[in-house]
Amino acid sequence: MLQADRRDFLKLAGMAGVTFTAGLFPSRHASAQAGGDFHFVQFSDTHWGYKGPANPDAEHTLEKAIATVNALPQQPDFIVFTGDLTHTTEDPKERRARMKHVREIIGGLKVRDIRFMPGEHDAALDKGEAYREFFGDTHYTFDHKGVHFIALDNVSDPGAKLGDEQLAWLAADLKQHKSDDRIVVMTHRPLFDLRPSWDWTTADGAKAIDLLMPYQNVVVFYGHIHQENHHMTGHIAHHAAKSLVFPQATPGPNAPPRRPPPPPYDASQKNLGTRDIEMGKTVTFVELPVAKA
Amino acid sequence: MNRRSFIALLIAGSATRGVARLDAATTKEVEVMAEKFDFTPDTVKAKVGQPLTFVLTSIDRIHGFKMPDFGIRTDIVPGEERRVTIMPTKTGSFAFFCDVFCGDGHEEMGGTLIVEA
Ligand SMILES: [Cu+2]
Repeated sequence: MLQADRRDFLKLAGMAGVTFTAGLFPSRHASAQAGGDFHFVQFSDTHWGYKGPANPDAEHTLEKAIATVNALPQQPDFIVFTGDLTHTTEDPKERRARMKHVREIIGGLKVRDIRFMPGEHDAALDKGEAYREFFGDTHYTFDHKGVHFIALDNVSDPGAKLGDEQLAWLAADLKQHKSDDRIVVMTHRPLFDLRPSWDWTTADGAKAIDLLMPYQNVVVFYGHIHQENHHMTGHIAHHAAKSLVFPQATPGPNAPPRRPPPPPYDASQKNLGTRDIEMGKTVTFVELPVAKA
Repeated sequence: MNRRSFIALLIAGSATRGVARLDAATTKEVEVMAEKFDFTPDTVKAKVGQPLTFVLTSIDRIHGFKMPDFGIRTDIVPGEERRVTIMPTKTGSFAFFCDVFCGDGHEEMGGTLIVEA
């Protein structure tokens, strides 16, 4: 299905999302090595186990989002979860119970191909031990229809570092690719300094961006900040996704030095949702609501 | 002065062109204690041009102490005293916070440095 058709279809289906296209894959010419067009859906920051006033509906929000994605007229090729599947707990038993439970709920997705990444809530207190038991490796690569995907872990080190070992692994992986290959990086925290005084950074994220810089067709999808954000470091676009638990404060120019608490709950849940990402000659995406309007 | 705080001072002072004169008489010290999920005190006052040394301790577990506006960070390890020195060069409110994930409440673990003229 052509992109425009699919977007119209989403509109008809009551998915009144905003389409975003911005300098993505700028060097990808029509003549470049052809891979079939496809789409995938990004879920982020589900924080299973969170209880609090920022989302009194927290126990059902994920299920609603799953129903919405299951109702998409054209199912995505796969689904990614960019971290904070669970809300943190210091009890290792409870941590595993939350992981087991959220994995069961996610099993309700029609799409069977699901890729997970940890957030600090999942992995920082035990360096990813419980996470790996339930969801596998914390960083890895895979290829899909001509696109190279790289999942980076900037959370299981409690200091929010990728670490030298993972950076060396990334460098070795990138070396096997041509400078015009299509590369999608997925991670939890922003790799760039989005708002350092709110801890919206990755300690050594600049090193990863340096390694990616020679590649012309790179786009980064991440989570952590619980809101949409679009930022360029040179030719590399970074797109933060909404959460499925509660939004965070926005880092505008007049924002205070310390991060304020989440805004009051909005029962319309319009600040929450998932993202449908279309990979073609360009990358376009549509923000999907939690539930159909 | 240990090596760590000397480096922090050099970084913080590098923007001030020669202001980085440090002696015990003019440096203000403030003790800040970390525990899940607070710094005590969580508001610290300083004066422009007067070096400030944070004397950091933790009573429960490893925390972090980071002030991006001054280019400093350190771990705070129970049983050890960590000192970091900054040179305030302009008035305003600046965040300090824990940057070692320490549990449910970690994201709220921070404080404010108020620099006055
Ligand atoms: Cu802490």
